[in-house]
Amino acid sequence: MSTVEEVQVHAGVEELFDQRTWLQRAANLARKQPLGVFGGIVVVVMVFMAIFAPWLTPYNPEANSFEHMLVPPGLDFLLGTDQFGRDLLTRIIYGARTALFVGTVAAGVGAFGGLVLGVGSAYFGGKIDLIFQRIMDVFMAFPLIIMALAVVAIFGTGIQNVIFAITIPFIPRCARVVRSNALAIREIPYVDAARAMGFSHTRIILRHMAPNVMAPFLIMLTAFVGQAILIEASLSYLGLGVQEPTPAWGLMLQGGAEEYVESAPWVAVFPGLAITLAVFGFNLFGDAVRDTLDPRLRSQ
Amino acid sequence: MYKYTIKRVLLMIPTLIGAAILVFTLLRLIPGDVCMLRLAGEGAFVDQAAIDLCRINTGIADPFIVQFIRFLTGLFTFDFGTSMWTGQPVTHEIALRFKLSLEIAIMATVVSVAISIPLGTISAIKQNTWIDYVVRSFSIAGIAIPSFWLGILIILGLLITTQAWFGQAWMPPINYVSPFEDPVGNIAQLIWPALATGYRYSAVATRMTRSALLEVLREDYVRTARAKGLLEKVIINRHALKNAMLPVVTVIGIEFAFLMGGLVVTEQVFNLNGLGKLFVESVTNQDYTMTQSLVMLVVLIFIVTNFVVDLFYAWLDPRIRYS
Repeated sequence: MSTVEEVQVHAGVEELFDQRTWLQRAANLARKQPLGVFGGIVVVVMVFMAIFAPWLTPYNPEANSFEHMLVPPGLDFLLGTDQFGRDLLTRIIYGARTALFVGTVAAGVGAFGGLVLGVGSAYFGGKIDLIFQRIMDVFMAFPLIIMALAVVAIFGTGIQNVIFAITIPFIPRCARVVRSNALAIREIPYVDAARAMGFSHTRIILRHMAPNVMAPFLIMLTAFVGQAILIEASLSYLGLGVQEPTPAWGLMLQGGAEEYVESAPWVAVFPGLAITLAVFGFNLFGDAVRDTLDPRLRSQ
Repeated sequence: MYKYTIKRVLLMIPTLIGAAILVFTLLRLIPGDVCMLRLAGEGAFVDQAAIDLCRINTGIADPFIVQFIRFLTGLFTFDFGTSMWTGQPVTHEIALRFKLSLEIAIMATVVSVAISIPLGTISAIKQNTWIDYVVRSFSIAGIAIPSFWLGILIILGLLITTQAWFGQAWMPPINYVSPFEDPVGNIAQLIWPALATGYRYSAVATRMTRSALLEVLREDYVRTARAKGLLEKVIINRHALKNAMLPVVTVIGIEFAFLMGGLVVTEQVFNLNGLGKLFVESVTNQDYTMTQSLVMLVVLIFIVTNFVVDLFYAWLDPRIRYS
């Protein structure tokens, strides 16, 4: 698990006066953050693959073909085929859809839930805050894999339950970081002013406080996408996640990988490479977002 | 400090009770029970009376509140009961696997420290050079590589290299041997999963070492040390690194807690019989007593490690005083 440093936010004024063209800015960014730009490219390529999957490959990702079982990489099948005769490259391209879907939904819902709970906890304070923190502690300490196993055992396997299982542990992690930022914002007079004007608690939390903790929220959000993709792959690998015949990278490594590691190593190597590249890209991208949004870390 | 310690210990209790409620409820929400699974298995016909008897014997026929109170009192009196699946005492089943999981956790932590501290230091000293970028990519790759895939690659690599060098493919042994009886066999089996997980967990520690060291290198006392004309090596090792170690210790401690309960996937790849495998088995078998005890054990390790790390932190850095 990667720990996300607690962040304090200061608004950068210099961006407001930035008059350079986007090309100059892109070149500047590439020089300042080569790793971040690389991450951004990986993210863009992945989104492209997910959207245009049917036009990128002539094969069907789910149809078995017994004439083409375990064909090594070659001209017909660039990355070879699996034990059911399905083209690996096709399944990797379609797998980007599964990964992105699970990653963005789980990260989005988890981070948003954490935002609301974290800000709410800081806003109400006192006993409510204390009880909330204890509940968060329980969920933080609870092993993720047990949560996932239980969710799958209760609701069955499938993509929406995988998302559910991944989202739950994200909420307290985001809530904790957001809360520590929101505690500082609560002391700023405009919150008192809003309360004096008679705004409801919901309105103050969502419209007045939440927008001011956007930086830590976005940092957590981008960090979560990569983590969610990785957890989904692990759960699918264990047989607890996405089920056949849906193309998912972790699932492609389940069963086949160990069995064919000697005779057909491409089955074991390429899907893992896809997971690694995707998570690597999202992590680099997330780091760049953090460096940009948190000037305190920028100089490092 | 004294008051703080007491307060933290007391705050553990609600967390533990919360975890107990959570695992208890989750398990009861899963359809079916251990008796159905054990006797009927996959659709075979079985006498209803036998199932009822089994339910009474295992205690799952009692009302939930009775079961919950029994579970809680068991926790506080250290009586965890017997596994509903095997009939063996829970502590016995856990003890069998605990050694293996603990050994891997320790070895992986050693690997992680051996990778992260030198790399993080180099990366900080050579900040924003190509060396820094290579080290940072290496460490971010560690977070990005799924541990099961790294495991598969290690096995693949072992097969290929042993085939090429010795003419015969070699695989790590599958059966666990105690390190005191057969240290070579023990290491030959466990070093690979330890490498796979250690590399993964070194990533966070490397980044932490780098950023902590960068911060410390800007301190006045480092400038003073430089002005005194000390060797750069001495400045880094004796002045900077010592002070940068604090957050790194925290990260490594928390990782250790995760390693104890989170190795399900790695154990699967390397075919090891550790706590992670027991976890999966006990949930699939609906073995309430076993799952509950395991979850409580992992949660306890997690919060105690967090607590010890916090205390250690204050002890290492006299500026930190909890109130």
